[in-house]
Amino acid sequence: MTIVATHPRAVEGTPLRSRLDTASELYRTNRAAQLKFLAELDDQLDLARAGGGERYRQRHHDRGRLLVRERIELLLDRDAPFLELSTLAAWGSEFAVGASVVTGIGVVSGVEVVILGHDPTVRGGAMNPYSLKKTLRALEIARRNRLPVVNLVESGGADLPNQADLFVQAGKIFHDLSELSALGIPTIALVFGNSTAGGAYVPGMCDYTVLVDQQAKVFLGGPPLVKMATGEESNDEDLGGAAMHARVSGLADHFAVDEQDAIRIGRRILSEINWRKLGPGPSLPADPPLYDPEELLGIAPSDFRVPFDPREVLARVVDGSRFGEYKPDYGTSIVTGWASIHGFPVGVLANANGVLFSEEAKKASEFILLANQADTPLVFLQNTTGYMVGAAYEQGGIIKDGAKMINAVTNSRVPHLTVNMAASFGAGNYGMSGRAYDPRLMFAWVGAKCAVMGAAQLAGVLSIVGKAAAAAAGRPFDQEADDRRREEIEGQISAESHSFFMSGKLYDDGVLDPRDTRTVLGIALSAAHSGPIEGRRGYGVFRM
Amino acid sequence: MVTKLLIANRGEIASRIIRTAHELDIATVAVFSDPDADAPFAREADEAVRLPGATPTETYLRGDLVIAAAQRTGADAIHPGYGFLSENADFARACAAAGITFIGPPPDAIDAMGSKTRAKELMDKAGVPVLPGLVIDSDLLADGGQLAQAAADLAFPLLVKAAYGGGGRGMRIVRQVDELAEAVAGAQREAASAFGNATVFLEHYVERPRHIEVQIFADQHGNAVHLFERECSIQRRYQKIIEEAPSVAVDDELRERLGSAAVAAANAIGYVGAGTVEFVLDQQGQFFFLEVNTRLQVEHPVTEEITGLDLVRAQLLVAEGAPLPDELRQARINGHAIEVRLYAEDVPAGFLPATGTVHRFEVPALTGIRVDSGITDGSVIGVHYDPMLAKIIAYGPTRADAIRRLGRALARTRVDGVTTNRELLVGILREEEFRAGAIDTGYLNRHDPVALSTPPLPDDVLATHLLAAALTAATRRRANAVLPTLPPGWRNVPTEPQRTVLEVAGKAIEVRYRQYGDRVKASVDGRPLEALVHRVDTGLVDITVDDVRATVYVTRDGAVFHLDGRGASTVAREVPRFVEPGANVAPGSLVAPMPGTVVRVVVEEGATVTTGDVVLVLEAMKMEHTVTAPQDGVVVEINARQGQTVDGGHVLAVLAADGEQP
Repeated sequence: MTIVATHPRAVEGTPLRSRLDTASELYRTNRAAQLKFLAELDDQLDLARAGGGERYRQRHHDRGRLLVRERIELLLDRDAPFLELSTLAAWGSEFAVGASVVTGIGVVSGVEVVILGHDPTVRGGAMNPYSLKKTLRALEIARRNRLPVVNLVESGGADLPNQADLFVQAGKIFHDLSELSALGIPTIALVFGNSTAGGAYVPGMCDYTVLVDQQAKVFLGGPPLVKMATGEESNDEDLGGAAMHARVSGLADHFAVDEQDAIRIGRRILSEINWRKLGPGPSLPADPPLYDPEELLGIAPSDFRVPFDPREVLARVVDGSRFGEYKPDYGTSIVTGWASIHGFPVGVLANANGVLFSEEAKKASEFILLANQADTPLVFLQNTTGYMVGAAYEQGGIIKDGAKMINAVTNSRVPHLTVNMAASFGAGNYGMSGRAYDPRLMFAWVGAKCAVMGAAQLAGVLSIVGKAAAAAAGRPFDQEADDRRREEIEGQISAESHSFFMSGKLYDDGVLDPRDTRTVLGIALSAAHSGPIEGRRGYGVFRM
Repeated sequence: MVTKLLIANRGEIASRIIRTAHELDIATVAVFSDPDADAPFAREADEAVRLPGATPTETYLRGDLVIAAAQRTGADAIHPGYGFLSENADFARACAAAGITFIGPPPDAIDAMGSKTRAKELMDKAGVPVLPGLVIDSDLLADGGQLAQAAADLAFPLLVKAAYGGGGRGMRIVRQVDELAEAVAGAQREAASAFGNATVFLEHYVERPRHIEVQIFADQHGNAVHLFERECSIQRRYQKIIEEAPSVAVDDELRERLGSAAVAAANAIGYVGAGTVEFVLDQQGQFFFLEVNTRLQVEHPVTEEITGLDLVRAQLLVAEGAPLPDELRQARINGHAIEVRLYAEDVPAGFLPATGTVHRFEVPALTGIRVDSGITDGSVIGVHYDPMLAKIIAYGPTRADAIRRLGRALARTRVDGVTTNRELLVGILREEEFRAGAIDTGYLNRHDPVALSTPPLPDDVLATHLLAAALTAATRRRANAVLPTLPPGWRNVPTEPQRTVLEVAGKAIEVRYRQYGDRVKASVDGRPLEALVHRVDTGLVDITVDDVRATVYVTRDGAVFHLDGRGASTVAREVPRFVEPGANVAPGSLVAPMPGTVVRVVVEEGATVTTGDVVLVLEAMKMEHTVTAPQDGVVVEINARQGQTVDGGHVLAVLAADGEQP
């Protein structure tokens, strides 16, 4: 801890002072609500963990095979953390929660990698449109953060009834694997089972390929298809077994006698790739926050309309609770400043009162430019209902100022990490580096909402528009029907802005327990530092 | 006057002699073999001379080189320590011829005691009780009837042993007359191969004997005293491992008789300096002469501890011609002392010598504890010399006090890097019969050494130990983690906890754990437990498990954890997470049981062998180990040649069973 005591950041830095009243009614209400949300989340995670259900899991085990999460646990370094991504993919759809694939960021042989593992207990690991989206997102995370990829392959290929929504875009998997290779980002395929037809190109496109004896099946066409096409009699092993590919075709670099052997070889390969991260790595004292992260549950609101001070969050997330606030007295609806997380320096933008005014937009724009000058990654903590509306604000140029902020966010080159703490509505979502602005990783706290606007506002707006249309057409206005419709719409929008729904659609990378925020950001920052950390240069910092 | 002393020895005894010499302001010279170039004793001496080579034959047994080293450095005396040249009369004579004082008895006294049969005759004449026995000559061998009669006269059971040699080689116990001929023939063969002399003799065998020895001391003026007895009954394979003084089996009256006999023995051979007369004591209190060791004994510290004497000092004074110092003449027993010999050896593997680098050696400085050590952090334990690392001696007002102090010190002793017999020693010190003093040389035949090394533990203590092992391993890994400040094993979608498999006494036990800050949820062998970690590093874990807080001390030698805490010890071996398929040795492979040198390759590739045929002979730690065919078959591969040094586990040969393709 001597480093902490003597480092200039610790000497000069000011720790935040929490004013949180843990005995208050609000704290208790919030905490109770969050615990309820988390219990609901856990139920959904259980569905993802269950995969294809007990029967298929048992059948898989009976074949002497490991479940996908067992494969991942064995692949990971002991005691290393693993950040699973998009666990709720396909939530609310006709497909199984998790979308028959597990993805995440973990450490294997000391190398941070993206792991992609098919879950063969879910319809044989077949790919549906959500699996595809989740897979492509994981590959994008690998590319953007310069993380090697380990594929744990056992998939029956495309879910054929859904081929229309899959076929064209699925080619992107092989495209991305090839592109990663060209970028010097190693790709590895450990093939545990089926990898046929299009799926055969996964081991084909990877830099390193390991096939498990008597399990891996890697061929373009299986025995029935070959028989149909050419009349040739063949079997699985001749067409695509590990022994054949290791000794004849050369597709397999390594022949693994069993699953644990394949994982052992995969770990060895990663130990041999001579991997060096290109980011500067953590450079500041990484002492824990002064306040207990457990208390985040009493800060996150049960209702997004109740504002809270994001400094209370930062005091439980950043190193030593140190936060060097930038422009504390200007544009006070957004809090900006410098901090570090697990030793990685970051700039933080956090909404304080939901609404973004011109001053807030200009302050945020300047701060983003400064972070780019200093090559400092940015953390966006969203709790915004959007940019301010009203004549005074329109006349004051809110569009131009909002545009400045969106411009700055768009063209910022330092890694962005975004967490939706409570609300992410309207253009505020864009200005605060929402999904469309390519943050390296993006998460939502379990109680957070995301939509074009709040459900009640949206329903109200529709009602007003309807009333006006009726008046213009001279039609009588059915107030009762409108009330009914308003309620329906509010219910629909509320459901569609729910964190499970958004995550199910892959609009973020996962739903978080607020208490895990520091850990998740630490993993994300460390992953981002696999690549170079460089801001946009060109103009100086505009004083707006 | 001795002004400069050369120590013709190594290890702990060299260090021990140097210490006293320096107290007497005598300059010291060490001699060292190549593997000992960096050994502590070689640096502690004022000067050190290299003896090129590694084996004892090339180095510490080369009397000519030792004398040349003395001459080159101007040393006027040589202390031989124990072993090596200490009982070599020719060397003693060569010293005298070179005008160098040999710290030991006159050469004739050494000679007189060199042959066991001659020694026995001499002692018999001097009135020292000897075991009835006779040398088997060719006449006796030729006449079976006469042999049987002679044997009956001695009274069964009988012991057949080599006339020249020791260490238990060539010994056989015969309980009935019809076993006699075969036992004699076997002993002769073994004696011939081990000592180059096939002469064996027969003697009455004492059941459940205690090994009692008396320290004697004589000056050049005809004065001799005894310094009481030591009991060395705790032996493994005729090698002493625990020694103590005084013996619980010896009362004042018996002590007087033993002492007088020992002094008579010293006088009979004109003894000078420090020596030891060894006896066997039977259950009825009768004792018989065994042999005289004409040197300082390994276990001399227990005598020093109960008398307050420095025997090396006395040796040097006597060698200078001084009369017996007063403190020797007036020596009295005060309290009790126990010594254990800490060996680098693998007890469960049958006391196989172990090798390796001692990364850390630390004996806690508890009251009454003395450590005579030959090693330091970084010492390399090789195959060439006796694997004794150190002697740990405890003194206490009573035997019980000494035992307790020693048990505690030993349990807290850390030897990182080499497998030792520490657990066995602790097990003996805590065993009831030993504590009651009901011991004899068959103690380790009655008590399984493996069981003593791994006393049964309450489940919760074992669980605490194994969880501590898993957590220290995790802490060690965390130091090298990509981001060490992240919570270890963190998952946002938890599935399986972390898993470590540890093998304890041949049983694989699974430890699963998940850490939540300083709280740990774990299961050991399926039994769930909750723990609170107060402190964890690679050497200790301070932990509360199911409401009991304790510190577990952890020592790690590669995959082996030595765990001490809650008053008990556990040795656990971590089972590797992954097994390389090729790492399994091909069936039919003959593997070197320990590191050593190939002495002879008996069969050639292609030879047909039957079960029990000797394939090759390995020498390690002064012992020859025969590697035999475990089944009938053909030798398809020989991976060893004469003189080759091999590691333990080296595949020496591959055998294909009859009708089996290699």
